[in-house]
Amino acid sequence: MSEVTAQATTITFSRPESFSDAVTHYCPGCTHGIIHRLVAEAIDELGIRGRTVGIAPVGCSVLIYNYFRTDFLESPHGRAPALATGLKRVSPELIIFTYQGDGDLASIGMSEIVHAANRGEKFTTIFVNNAIYGMTGGQMAPTTMPGQVTATSPYGRNVEEAGWPIRMCELLSSLRTPAYIERVAVHTPQNIVRAKRAIKTAFQNQVDGLCFSLIEVLSTCPTNWGLTPCEATQWVQTNMSPYYPLGVFKKPEPRLEV
Amino acid sequence: MARILMKGNEAIGEAAIRAGGIYYFAYPITPQSEVGEYLSRRLPEVGGVFVQAESEVAVGNMLFGAAASGKRVFTSSSSPGISLMQEAISYMAGAQLPVVLINIMRGGPGLGGILPAQSDYFQSTRGGGHGDYRVLVLAPATVQEAVDLTMLAFHLAEKYRNPVLIAGDGMIGQMMEPVEFPDQFEEPPLPPKDWATVGARDRAPLITKSLFLDPVALEKNSIILHEKYLKMKADEIRFEPYKVSPKNRAIIVSYGTMARICQTVIDELEANGTSIGLLRPISLFPFPERAIHDAAVAPNIELVLTVEMSMGQMVEDVEKAVLGKKPVHFYGRTGGIVPSPEEVRDCLLKLLDGGKAK
Ligand SMILES: Cc1ncc(C[n+]2csc(CCOP(=O)(O)OP(=O)(O)O)c2C)c(N)n1
Ligand code: SF4
Repeated sequence: MSEVTAQATTITFSRPESFSDAVTHYCPGCTHGIIHRLVAEAIDELGIRGRTVGIAPVGCSVLIYNYFRTDFLESPHGRAPALATGLKRVSPELIIFTYQGDGDLASIGMSEIVHAANRGEKFTTIFVNNAIYGMTGGQMAPTTMPGQVTATSPYGRNVEEAGWPIRMCELLSSLRTPAYIERVAVHTPQNIVRAKRAIKTAFQNQVDGLCFSLIEVLSTCPTNWGLTPCEATQWVQTNMSPYYPLGVFKKPEPRLEV
Repeated sequence: MARILMKGNEAIGEAAIRAGGIYYFAYPITPQSEVGEYLSRRLPEVGGVFVQAESEVAVGNMLFGAAASGKRVFTSSSSPGISLMQEAISYMAGAQLPVVLINIMRGGPGLGGILPAQSDYFQSTRGGGHGDYRVLVLAPATVQEAVDLTMLAFHLAEKYRNPVLIAGDGMIGQMMEPVEFPDQFEEPPLPPKDWATVGARDRAPLITKSLFLDPVALEKNSIILHEKYLKMKADEIRFEPYKVSPKNRAIIVSYGTMARICQTVIDELEANGTSIGLLRPISLFPFPERAIHDAAVAPNIELVLTVEMSMGQMVEDVEKAVLGKKPVHFYGRTGGIVPSPEEVRDCLLKLLDGGKAK
């Protein structure tokens, strides 16, 4: 028995150093927590915790700074890319990431993300797409699926009135400025592994001084979708991923001479 | 350093650099675009940064991010642009970040016009954005003073960890005057920047925020801010008296380039035997209430005349200062019309003698 215990003390899995030991406030089954952890692991593996600054959004992840052991700024709703631009331009030695929901990035903050990406600002954006406004209680987002019932689309999203959901990776990858843009998901273990690789690459690009990088992560909101956590992961698979295809949309290109 | 002839907007840009303000974020707007044009040439020479943002909303928030670094960051804009920055100004005030904002005011409301005005007084001195906060507001009357106050603004912003606004009217930006730059910007020592977000290397992580979900914590933050504003009221009141004497029959209160027009009026009336004094607030917040009160209650003073390039905004602060002890009148033009010395003189004489010059 004592032999078994001795073997079991070999640590194969532990809390990332960049992660604090605070208990997160997210609802059961919400994948914000998984995405946080992947970001913390990437920071640890690249050894950049001491020079990393996160920019928190307004949304369910507004308190993200309580869960990381890095410096953090709390930004106004949607403006994280502008804060990141300001800080990175005056302190290029810092590694800066924004963590933003779909309401934050694709609605109120659309202008800031498009222009930061187009200027090729050398920071990293983690874009969490859960097809709804979580924090304010489940209203329609620019990413809400056609027909999806939300607090402000009680008859289902009507694309005649509200337009089709905005696909940020496709939109941003139309820009010419070199960038790394990938869409991933975290509803299955394989997808989590792929998401981790993408997030780490996005930070690596910044360490290498390469380019603006954005990783869109399809995420769940069981609470506002009105589904159990298991049903919610299924919903990502059946409803979201056909419309939001996973994959790399843009890779860093050699700097183009003009 | 020699005196050189410079346009106000360019002199402000140069003054910022001399004060170490080499991180500049802006979006073009008349009548201050020359600040950005000048700096886009100068900043690369001094290892600075100029980002032309996509909007003033972005500018305000770029300043927010950059200010958190502890470096000297600033912008310049004009009225509609400053309106768009109010979001970030509220957040920066809440998070106690230093930043310098230069507003070369034009006529409003709305798109208004592009000529000089002083109609952003309420917005400047009352907070402008949401929440219980104030910004320090300095109003230059000459290009030289614009230079001096811009440099001072960087110091005060850091001293108080608060946004500081230069409220210049469009004339200040566009006029050319001789200016002198000090060889070195002398400033008293400032406390260490232990609040700067530079990475958590060998200390606990730092969170720069204005979010306090616990109402007790939020109220506490507002009280801390309020105490700071009280300290500004005690230590940062600036004003200039002009020909204030016991012989004065009236006191004019006016600021910025409008005050210079009032000086012309005062000189002219003095030559004709009518003694008028001028009190020119240099800090609009904190407002020189005591000085105005004391000048107004002098025995010979018949009235106080507030002259502004607006429909009457500072006049409310003047009334508050005078406490009803003397009549307070207002004269102003707006929309880009600058009152002429004759207009101001006629208004004053009418008030004093029913139109008869003495
Ligand atoms: C200027 C402003 N407008 C509106 C809000 C209210 N608000 C808070 S969070 C939020 C939506 C966040 O949704 P999303 O970005 O999708 O993140 P989630 O909560 O789903 O993670 C809104 C509208 C605000 N705080 N500030
Ligand atoms: S409301 Fe939705 S997004 Fe927010 S924590 Fe709960 S499940 Fe997650």
